[in-house]
Amino acid sequence: MSAEPRLVEVRKNVLKQNDVVARALRERFREAGVLAVSLVSSPGSGKTAFLEKTLTLLQPRYKVAALVGDLATDNDAARLARSHAPVKQIITGTVCHLEAAMVQNALDGWNLRQMDFLFIENVGNLVCPSSYDLGEDLRFVLLSVTEGEDKPLKYPTIFNSADVAVITKSDLATAAEFDEAAARRNIQAVRPGMEVFKLSAKTAEGMQEYLEFLESKRMRSSSTAAV
Amino acid sequence: MHELSIAMSIVEMAQEEAERRGSAQVQAVHLRLGLLSGVVKEALLSSYEMACEATCLQGSRLLIEEVPVEVFCPKCEVPRLVNSIQWFCCPECGTATPKVLRGKELEVVALEIRE
Repeated sequence: MSAEPRLVEVRKNVLKQNDVVARALRERFREAGVLAVSLVSSPGSGKTAFLEKTLTLLQPRYKVAALVGDLATDNDAARLARSHAPVKQIITGTVCHLEAAMVQNALDGWNLRQMDFLFIENVGNLVCPSSYDLGEDLRFVLLSVTEGEDKPLKYPTIFNSADVAVITKSDLATAAEFDEAAARRNIQAVRPGMEVFKLSAKTAEGMQEYLEFLESKRMRSSSTAAV
Repeated sequence: MHELSIAMSIVEMAQEEAERRGSAQVQAVHLRLGLLSGVVKEALLSSYEMACEATCLQGSRLLIEEVPVEVFCPKCEVPRLVNSIQWFCCPECGTATPKVLRGKELEVVALEIRE
């Protein structure tokens, strides 16, 4: 046994396995011409209501489906099933975030080619999901008006990792004395140039503009899809 | 708190690499950790100890090199280090800088092993 330890170079990404699966998923989504959108937020910011409204409004014209991550219950899937879109629950147990392999497993039995939009609702958590690529085309981070305008500054990593910010529950903005300008300033500070939508899933205020954005993104992604 | 699962991935990776090189014992793991990786250094260090138990890494050290966040300033046209991850702008000219060049690393760079 030699006394001196030997230093060997490795140079490997710790999340390599996740990234490999995520890349494969992204490729599958691209080939199938489906736009995959993931949602992250803190618990209670309105992800499920937002998603239910999104599914309901897109349904008449598009084929939509959703995967919902949750620690223990399938309540969210039950709520989303009211939209009549295919919905599958991913129960993560004690795991505080979704990983690409969980998404891959959950897609078993679904034909992506028959879908236009796939939504992936992450576990309510603004910390852990930021490290895991799920193969999504767009990551939305949600911030409700009742949460405080400084959320982006408190969780810069997840806001920086997202592509789009959605300010939810706009119908409560006045009651919550929500300072929209400050919220937008903070979002732009941690992710300059990020697209921001402000809307209410309850009253549908602002939903139209956001849906048009989704449709334009899908058109762009499906025009690059392999035939 | 996902640091324990990250720590377990590090241990697993180190074990594989050590075995591949015919080593029975890992004394240290060198890790590069970006400030934007979403992983908290202190939580990772305490999780690491737990993850090493009953493996060939037991008693080993996790040596973390923190990687600052570097962005590309479109105005100065050079890479710059941001002063804070709450403010993605060029520290020299104040221009908003969304383009991140580094700071997301979560990478095992080297191992100290014994034959």
